[in-house]
Amino acid sequence: MIGIIDYGMGNIKAFSNIYKSLNVSHKVVKVEEHLKDVEKIILPGVGAFDHAMRQLNRSGFLDALNDLVLNQKKPVLGVCVGMQMMANCSEEGVLNGLGWVDATVNKFNKEELNNKPLPHMGWNSVDCTIDNQLFKDISTNSRFYFLHSYYFNPENKDSSIALTGYGNKFTCAVNRGNIFGVQFHPEKSHHNGVQLLKNFSNLQC
Amino acid sequence: MLDPRIIPCLLVHNKGLVKTVKFKDSKYIGDPINAVKIFNEKEVDELIVIDIDATVENREPDYKMIENLANECRMPLCYGGGIKTVSQAQRILSLGVEKIAISSAVFDNPELIKEISSQVGNQSVVIIFDVKKKLFGGYEVYTHNAKNKIKSDLIELVEKVQELGAGEIIINSIDNDGMMKGYDLDLINKIKKKTSVPMTMLGGAGKLEDISQVIEKFGIIGCAAGSLFVFKGKYKAVLINYPNIKDKQKLF
Repeated sequence: MIGIIDYGMGNIKAFSNIYKSLNVSHKVVKVEEHLKDVEKIILPGVGAFDHAMRQLNRSGFLDALNDLVLNQKKPVLGVCVGMQMMANCSEEGVLNGLGWVDATVNKFNKEELNNKPLPHMGWNSVDCTIDNQLFKDISTNSRFYFLHSYYFNPENKDSSIALTGYGNKFTCAVNRGNIFGVQFHPEKSHHNGVQLLKNFSNLQC
Repeated sequence: MLDPRIIPCLLVHNKGLVKTVKFKDSKYIGDPINAVKIFNEKEVDELIVIDIDATVENREPDYKMIENLANECRMPLCYGGGIKTVSQAQRILSLGVEKIAISSAVFDNPELIKEISSQVGNQSVVIIFDVKKKLFGGYEVYTHNAKNKIKSDLIELVEKVQELGAGEIIINSIDNDGMMKGYDLDLINKIKKKTSVPMTMLGGAGKLEDISQVIEKFGIIGCAAGSLFVFKGKYKAVLINYPNIKDKQKLF
């Protein structure tokens, strides 16, 4: 059972539609009880870092979520701001992140961008730097949809599993044990995104 | 590398999809959900849906319709029409829309951009400028389906909305709407120089070459079109279409 965390941010329906079409059992998690039989977790996110953190803090099930991820080691996939929240902190806000991965979230550097527009918006290629189950049957340099102005900067570069170039190359996918994150939106990336979400549902952890 | 975005733009009027010419003479072209389903199959880059009645009728956005569209959309969706407040913007984003587009409300109250983007992040805040050529050079901004002229200068407004937290600017040419004779390149040039956020041009595309011409000149840009992706042939038969991946790559 995949639990899609609904804390008022992000595209819950898009995930459930995809899992429905894949015939993968899933549910929307709105209160702590919903987490009971959840084996895998999707943490979506659209929006500003602090606002997202505040919403999640307010959800009432943050302790249960922390327990599932940190103690029970259930696989979790953070998406966009959902990925960024797994870091320690973000330059976008002042609140603490979840601290599931040692990382900061940084703003793109204007000079390195060399007049490229910000936010980073649109379809960009994802370069898988190491073999990872999350990208099974997805060829490297496949295109995914991005929409963000801040990027995930892991302390330990080994946890970075895919890079995308915008100005400099940044980590667009991360994996540390049972914790996964993607900066792009698999739920809005057509067949590549569907494959990635299918891979997540098939993970053996 | 980041690709330029090629975006169908759909207009909703009386709950149906329509296509206009110079913001008038709306022609019924079908059911919105059905169109979204076809665009899903064609794997379009993004989709813009604008309810052209909401602001004019001074009513709330049609949340049920937006929810139905967002449920169906397998690509990023930008919704515009009737948004005036932070809570409306949040409600629409919570329905599964990636970006909200605002126009008239921003010209009444520019601070609204700041309020919305601080809550939802600037990446989801799109400002649409409906723009018309002046008789003796220059451009003017309009709202309410080209009926209401805004006094402020276009370039100043473009700069101001970015300072306040806009994440994308869509320029919609009233003169070229539905004409299918190509984009207004001078207009793009004027605005592109003043933007540090993504810019999308809408109005005028009649063939794929019109899009490749813009990309060749301006690089990373959004090219949106209505007629091009809903009509086929010189008699404008309704046929939803979009370039396949191979044809799209040729445009870059």
